[in-house]
Amino acid sequence: MTDTASQPTQRRRIPWDALAIAPFVIFAVMFLVLPTISLIGGAFTDRAGNFTFENIGGLFTPQILNAYWISIRVSGASAILGALIGLAITLAIIRGKLPAPLRSAVMTFSGVASNFAGVPLAFAFIASLGRIGLVTIILRDVFGLDLYRAGFSLFSFWGLTLTYLYFQIPLMMLTIAPAIDGLKKEWNEAAQMLGASQWQFWRYVGLPILWPSVLGTLSLLFANAFGAIATAWALTGSNLNIVTVLLYNQIRGDALQNPGLGAALALGMIVITSLANIIYLFVAQRAERWMK
Amino acid sequence: MKTNKFWPWLIFILGAAYFIIPLLATFIFSLRMRRDALSFDAYVSVFSDPKFFATFGYSLVVGVFTIIVGVLVVVPAVYFVRLRMPWLKPIMEFTTLLPLMIPALVLVYGYIRLYGSSSLIPFTGSVLGTDILLTCAYVMLALPYMYRAVDNGMRTIDIGTLTEAAQIAGANQVQIIGQIILPNILVAILSGAFLTFAIVIGEFTIASLLARPAFGPYLVGIGTNRAYEPAALAIISFVITWGAMGMINVLGRFAPRTSARNT
Repeated sequence: MTDTASQPTQRRRIPWDALAIAPFVIFAVMFLVLPTISLIGGAFTDRAGNFTFENIGGLFTPQILNAYWISIRVSGASAILGALIGLAITLAIIRGKLPAPLRSAVMTFSGVASNFAGVPLAFAFIASLGRIGLVTIILRDVFGLDLYRAGFSLFSFWGLTLTYLYFQIPLMMLTIAPAIDGLKKEWNEAAQMLGASQWQFWRYVGLPILWPSVLGTLSLLFANAFGAIATAWALTGSNLNIVTVLLYNQIRGDALQNPGLGAALALGMIVITSLANIIYLFVAQRAERWMK
Repeated sequence: MKTNKFWPWLIFILGAAYFIIPLLATFIFSLRMRRDALSFDAYVSVFSDPKFFATFGYSLVVGVFTIIVGVLVVVPAVYFVRLRMPWLKPIMEFTTLLPLMIPALVLVYGYIRLYGSSSLIPFTGSVLGTDILLTCAYVMLALPYMYRAVDNGMRTIDIGTLTEAAQIAGANQVQIIGQIILPNILVAILSGAFLTFAIVIGEFTIASLLARPAFGPYLVGIGTNRAYEPAALAIISFVITWGAMGMINVLGRFAPRTSARNT
């Protein structure tokens, strides 16, 4: 980490600078850096303590690859849908000239909904869209639409995605609202004076400016869903074989019966969220270059 | 130039429906415990369970300690980095973003491997140690939010001038942070605190892997055994989250602004 203690300033006897940031540095090392290094080390160590690639190789079984793949699909779908829907709602509220009080109400609600995740969220969706959920019952009895007979299940890929959207959309709205505020009204007027339609304005001015922010939030949403477990656990138990549930079972009871493989599984998760970020940085850079 | 308001309204109404219907359905569902009529029986059942209060109280205490430790870790660091070591700021910002990128589940796995009962620092060897580890894990979980809240708070006050004024008046560094900076960013700290609280109170993964009797694992237990109580608990949790977020909104109106730069 950073080492400021080795550069004492001569004027002060007590190195306040170092003392003040020491707790932060120690904390980051103990609870962020070392655990990550330990997992990376564990992923390349066999039971006897020797260096090995076997754990990494062990990830390439149908069960584990499938778990990663479902997680990537749920996170990708909920991130992309969350970003698009969140963008549409925020644009509608900020740029669609809806009444001003509506905006502050919606943003306050977004703050609540983006934090209303985990177990209670799963409970709410079970009570609504579960097999005996209220919405399921009303759709069946009043509208004659039997969701579960039509192939829908809350405990499936789409069920989980639909549930994740409940915190993904508000998170998108909260992070993208400042960027939308940054779009000046004058740009729209200038475009209109030059004869551009609303569609042309968004296609050539609005969206290209918002694009990097949208992508940045997209990678955040992806990581957010990829690491989530409480909602999935409370919703589906071990029904849906996503990678976090697999890792959870491994930590709790060594379900894979190989600690090294567990560490490799965790390392794979870090690699995937990092990749999502690297892709974002790469695309954002290109998008910015394009704007100039 | 007329803009068509049809589409904005349609998008808003569809969005609102997605967010309100599950809440409404959950609430009505929670009232249907009695067969023939709507009642608050599910809530009575929840509130008459001593484990509800025991686990909620436990999470509350851990949450308070998480906030205290978080403030002690974040405030001095942000202050000194802003004042004297601005070159460290990007590194600090990156560090505080990492907990959003590395899943909490992965981090807690690292803790269990690193701080197990046979390790150099055996946190999980005793109950108190495990409680401390849980608190530290929560501080890490809330770090991105606490850091941003404190950083925003310090941005709106002119810490350079305040520090110089205090130094001229003869204050030492501890006094400056404790009596000058802290009161000025109290509102920001409190919003970080309520956000931390909202994250920590129902947290399931870390608490259950460290086998502590927190509210999150209790909720999951209820979810597997009961039908109507989970809906009631979902509504109660929503109200708690709403309360925490509402406090942040209310506090925002009291934020001091001593700086001309209002970013």
